[in-house]
Amino acid sequence: MPAATSHSEIVTRLRESIADVRPRQVAALPFALPEIDRRLADHGLDGAALHDIAPAAPSLSDDAAATLFIAGITARLAAAADTRVLWVVSRFDLYAPGLEQAGLPPGRILFAEGREDKDVLALMEDGLRHGALAAVVGEVRRADMTASRRLQLAADAGSTPAFLSRRWRRQGVCPLSELSAATTRWRIACAPSERLPAPGVGRARWTVELVRQRGGNPFSLLVEASDDTGRLALPAGAQHRAAPAAGATARAA
Amino acid sequence: MPVDDDPGACSVPRGGNWRPGARWAREGARDRLGVAAEATALPLHQQPTMRELRRRSEAAEHPFKGRQHAPLAATVARAERAEAPAPPLILAHQIGNQQLIAAACPAALALGLVPGMAVTQARALLPGLDIRASDPAADAVVLDQLASHAVRHWTPTAAISGADGLWLDLTGVTHLFGGEERFSARLLGFCRRLGLTARVAVAGTLGAAHALARFGGQPIERIEVGREAQALAGLPLAALRLTPEALAAATRFGLERVGDLLPLPRGPLARRLGLASVRRLDEALGRVAEPIVPVVAHEVPVATLRLLEPIGTAEAIEQVIRDLLADMVEQLRTRGLGARTLVLALDRVDGSEQRLAIGTVRATRDAAHLARLFHLRIERVDPGLGIEAMRLAAPRTEPLGATPLGGTLAGDVGLADLSTLVDQLAGRAGPTALFTVGAVESDVPERATIRVEPMASPQGWPAWKRPVRLLRRPEPLSGVVALLPDHPPRRFTWRGHAHAVVAGDGPERIHGEWWRRDGEVWAVRDYFRVEDEAGARFWLFRRGDGVDGATGDLSWYMHGLFG
Repeated sequence: MPAATSHSEIVTRLRESIADVRPRQVAALPFALPEIDRRLADHGLDGAALHDIAPAAPSLSDDAAATLFIAGITARLAAAADTRVLWVVSRFDLYAPGLEQAGLPPGRILFAEGREDKDVLALMEDGLRHGALAAVVGEVRRADMTASRRLQLAADAGSTPAFLSRRWRRQGVCPLSELSAATTRWRIACAPSERLPAPGVGRARWTVELVRQRGGNPFSLLVEASDDTGRLALPAGAQHRAAPAAGATARAA
Repeated sequence: MPVDDDPGACSVPRGGNWRPGARWAREGARDRLGVAAEATALPLHQQPTMRELRRRSEAAEHPFKGRQHAPLAATVARAERAEAPAPPLILAHQIGNQQLIAAACPAALALGLVPGMAVTQARALLPGLDIRASDPAADAVVLDQLASHAVRHWTPTAAISGADGLWLDLTGVTHLFGGEERFSARLLGFCRRLGLTARVAVAGTLGAAHALARFGGQPIERIEVGREAQALAGLPLAALRLTPEALAAATRFGLERVGDLLPLPRGPLARRLGLASVRRLDEALGRVAEPIVPVVAHEVPVATLRLLEPIGTAEAIEQVIRDLLADMVEQLRTRGLGARTLVLALDRVDGSEQRLAIGTVRATRDAAHLARLFHLRIERVDPGLGIEAMRLAAPRTEPLGATPLGGTLAGDVGLADLSTLVDQLAGRAGPTALFTVGAVESDVPERATIRVEPMASPQGWPAWKRPVRLLRRPEPLSGVVALLPDHPPRRFTWRGHAHAVVAGDGPERIHGEWWRRDGEVWAVRDYFRVEDEAGARFWLFRRGDGVDGATGDLSWYMHGLFG
């Protein structure tokens, strides 16, 4: 082995050597936002892997923001693949008109209701292995390492992206503190929108925090919420501003 | 106004405490009892309601509500209860330009309303007659169902006779039911339980049975083989299934009964009434054989396997299921069908039977897919000491032609079929666990959605801003500070947390649906979309429009969350 000139060069070479081990069959889904895409290892979300998404706080509005974040991603996937998204829940409190405004009309979703987390995970796995869906979304309260590894394998086998929405169980215990085999882990929080010159609520903003990703570094970003086709945007005029919320960032994933 | 003619007294009645329109000053003032007596003297439907009688304790009825006038509704109900015997019922059908009676109930028949009479004449005779349109197609369907029931339960050979009869070939089957008489009695009882009036005739020929059942007069008629001529001799000629022309000709010649035909020479008879009439007579008397065209019942595809030795392991059962499915798929393919429901019956050694049923969202003949669906259920089988026979039936099938494979052959992967996934998930979580949410035409948010079947693609909703999560029940807010009538709140407390609002949109006014409940007649909800200082966005509403107290009590509720 030739003498490595620097630490980063070694890392680059090692990365190239393992890049062939896992052949890519599915193109990554870019966010079409260079700010996010260039920081992701695959320059987008892996289309055959598991992604964990959790609200930053145990409040229902952060939970709604995380739901809309997933809805925006899956809306673009469903529109591109022209099939449906399987959305598995254990307690149905989604409001379908709201999902339609995030880009998922009723003809693009298939809801499944399991009795408990175990059923939700089993239904997700079936949907992932089938391979005809645009994406599979599951809402669980807890999923251990084994469950997430099974989902990751099923997503790989069916070439279907899986989104595991982890909801808060206890105050003070972040759902992302549980170990997971997910490729990326996201934490979403609501952020104040820009004040309009007239009375009214502006376009929603979120603090999107990538807590962990395979082969890349975590980051945090303030974005404008996804529109009716599921596309995020950057706040105008503050392109390179770091997220203001520091408390969540400091916690280890 | 009464004029006071006495100038000595005060110029106005009651010493000046006079008010225009006072009750005591009105013309012919009436006391309460008198009014009540007058009201009760009126016919029931004209009686005033409590509200009109100035009884303010009674709530006013909404004028446009589709409810009947309460006293009138009570009358109708009482009248129905009192008049137990329903009016005579007739069925009418259109013949050319006139409406004729097609059928009449026994009460109508007793009053002389016979089939064939004009409906106008019947109505003139009996004004309260219940007249309904006859529906021959529905009658035919019922008769068809009866025929298939007969084929399945009584005899392998049954046929439909005319518009109102069934022929059952009882050869070699009556001993199963205890003889012809007992079978006839059971048949009558069966029809009575269905609400049908039936007459049964047992005879050696189809024609004789047809004639006796319709013209015999007794509910059960039985004649021995060879005695048809004596039994039919007294019946009218119409019993012989003759054409109308032949019947008219027979009337011209003075032939009225079947017995009139018997002594006549056959040659002139054939010349006058036609050869077909003579043939009908011969068929009824048994001189000429008449074939019966039986109804063939729809056959359910069944595959059966009897096992040499009892099996008990899941692998062995699955192997047998695969063999049965291969057989079943072959049967379905030859018939051009696809299965929607499959029922697997497993016979255990101890004589008990277990059943597994699967359903599919779309007709299919895919053996691998069906085997996967059974695989999910196989853990529910209790083999006991072993299973010795298995039977697979497809009680519900649909036509399924060949499936085009063009895209696949061209190398295009295309869209895989989601229906197999739906079957699989429904097999795991239950048939109601899979659904799509469709729209209902209602502005009230919690009524705007409905669960529909999983593969449907329903219409969406109007583009009003809606939250992604809706609380199951709106939760009341406390400590709300808001300007009336149409400003979003400045601050509110929800679930113990105080929120200071920095921006708000609204109101979006949603009116109650007055046609559903009395309480929603005037109800109004004003919805606001607000954002608090931490960036959380809520969907709130206020009951009432802030001006009119009848529209709501101005309480505030949380209903949903925007991300």
